[in-house]
Formats: sequence, structure tokens, C-alpha cells
Amino acid sequence: MPESQSSPADRSRVEASAGHSGSLFVAGSQAAWPICLGYVPIGLAFGVLAQKAGFSMPEVGLMSVLVFAGSAQFIGVAMWQGGAGALAIVATTFVVNLRHVLMSSSLAPYLKRCRPGFVTVFSYGVTDESFAVNLGRFRDQSWDPKRALILNQAANACWVVSTVAGAGAGQFIPERAFGIDYALIAMFLCLLVFQLRGRIYVMTGLIAGVLALGLSLLVPGNLHVVTASIAAATIGYAVRDRKRGT
Amino acid sequence: MLRSQVIWLCLGMGAVTFIPRWLPLLVLSQRDLPRWLERWLDLIPVAILSALIFPALFTRGEPRQIMILSREALVALPTFLFALRTRSLGGTVLVGMLLYWLAERFLGF
Repeated sequence: MPESQSSPADRSRVEASAGHSGSLFVAGSQAAWPICLGYVPIGLAFGVLAQKAGFSMPEVGLMSVLVFAGSAQFIGVAMWQGGAGALAIVATTFVVNLRHVLMSSSLAPYLKRCRPGFVTVFSYGVTDESFAVNLGRFRDQSWDPKRALILNQAANACWVVSTVAGAGAGQFIPERAFGIDYALIAMFLCLLVFQLRGRIYVMTGLIAGVLALGLSLLVPGNLHVVTASIAAATIGYAVRDRKRGT
Repeated sequence: MLRSQVIWLCLGMGAVTFIPRWLPLLVLSQRDLPRWLERWLDLIPVAILSALIFPALFTRGEPRQIMILSREALVALPTFLFALRTRSLGGTVLVGMLLYWLAERFLGF
């Protein structure tokens, strides 16, 4: 959706409700439901896996609270089960989660004038999913840092609860029910559509996608996300800059 | 039961996950960014989303192998068109799930 096109009526509605903590909370959590739909099956699956690897329910909960990063937690538990040392697991986690640098950076312009304490709490909840949903909403101008923080925390709560539930009762829950495995992919597809605001964005997206696909086949892990994103954004930037110059 | 080894593991994993989330946000939100950086960052979201989606659609397994005609990819096309038309996040998630489920049930993918 093009920016700066929300009507004055929209804006005054947002401002009128901004002071009302009840509606803030509702708006933030409501925006989180597609994320939660995706987190529940993944969280349950992680809980089951962790429990099989010898982690107790409190340990699963502790990891989900302290780390809050799906793929890193899967990898960590698998490595632990394979007998890897804590240092190797921590180093792998660092590499796997480096992509958040880019996400936090592109959220930064929307958190200007927020206090460092707020930014610190907010940054805890930056995931692939919350980043993408919040960014789409910020662009619509119908969003503010407080709602974004509530969304982060709602998604976090879903993650923690579903991983612990998976560790406790995961073996009784049927897998792959009702296409729920596809929830996050479908969500990302729609969020991608929101980002296609002109030819330069389509081009950048295509370059990033093809590059990431190629790299992901060559290199294990997920460094392809960061590498392809940086390369594609830089190419897109250069192309747009040259058009401006002429 | 909380083993101290596991507590240390989680603290370590938590710290290295938190820092890349926190530092750029803290540093960049407290100052005006140069114009070129803002314009570069403007292209990052579309790049990240594509970089996450393409491998999810077109590869399978670990180590990954290419698979252009996966169920994920076939379902992605109508889901994407639905998103383009409706611009509804919740609707797209539900339609994607339904199509994915139908594809498994009736197309045997």
C-alpha cells in the first residue's frame, strides 16, 4: 500500500485510540494471530523434539524465553543431542541469527524518538515474522511502536506456550493437520506482496530470491538469507540511483 | 528439572541472539540516518522476504536439493494471487493452508 495515503480520518482514529491501553492491546495482539497460527505447529514440533533429546519442560520454556528464535533452537537441540559442546552450539546460534541485524536496522527508522530502554525491550522480540508484520503495518501509518511491541510480546507468548506444550504433550497431537504447516509461508507471501510497491522492489525481490535459492543449495545453514539480501538491496540501490542521476 | 549446563547453554544462545537484534536497533534509532542508508534499508525487507521464501518453496531436505515443482511452490501461486487481489494477511494465511491441505489430500503431492 502506498505510504502517505491513509486518510485524515484514519489518522485521527489512530491518534484517538492511541491513549487507550485496552485498544492498544487488542490491536497489537490481533495483528499477531497469523504469526501465532504459524508458531503453534512449529512450537509443538520443537517441544516434542527437545523432549526426545532429553530436555525437560522447564528447560524448553527457559530456552524459548531466553532465545526466542525457532531455527536456532531446532539446530541447538539437534546439536546437543549429537553431543556437541555448548560453545559450538552458541557459535552456530550466532551465525544462524545474524540475519536479525538487517531486520533490526530496517525497523530503526520507525522507532526514532523511542527511549533506549523501550528499544532494548522491543529488540528482544524481533523475529523474521514480527519484523515482517510490523514493518508492513508501519508503512501503512496505522501503527506505532507500542502496538508493535505488543505484537512482539504476543508472538513471544505463543512461542513459549506452544514449545512447552509440545514438550509436555506433543506426542498426542496429530502432525500436519489442516495445512497448518503452510501458515508461515502463506503469511510471508502476503507480506511480500505488501512490499512490492514499484518495479524496483519487484526487481530487488527477484534478485534476492534467485540468489538465495542458488546459495542455499551450495552452502548449508542459512547465511544465504543475509548474503542474498545485502547483495540484492545493493544492486537495487545502484539501479535506482543511476536512474535518478540521468 | 533444570540442569545447570542447560541454563548456561540457554544464556549463551540467548546472548548471541539478542545482541544482533539489539545493537543495530539501539544505535540506528537514536540518530538521523544518512539518506543513502535509509534508501538502502528501504530495499532490505523485500529482499529478506524473497530470500526466505524462495528456498522454502523450491528446495527440500537437508542438505537442500532443488525441487521446482514442490507442493509448496504449486500452492504458492494461487496464494500469491489471492494476496495481490485482497491484500488480506489473515485471509491469505487461511487460503494458503486450505490449498496446501487440499493439494495433499486430492493431488497426492
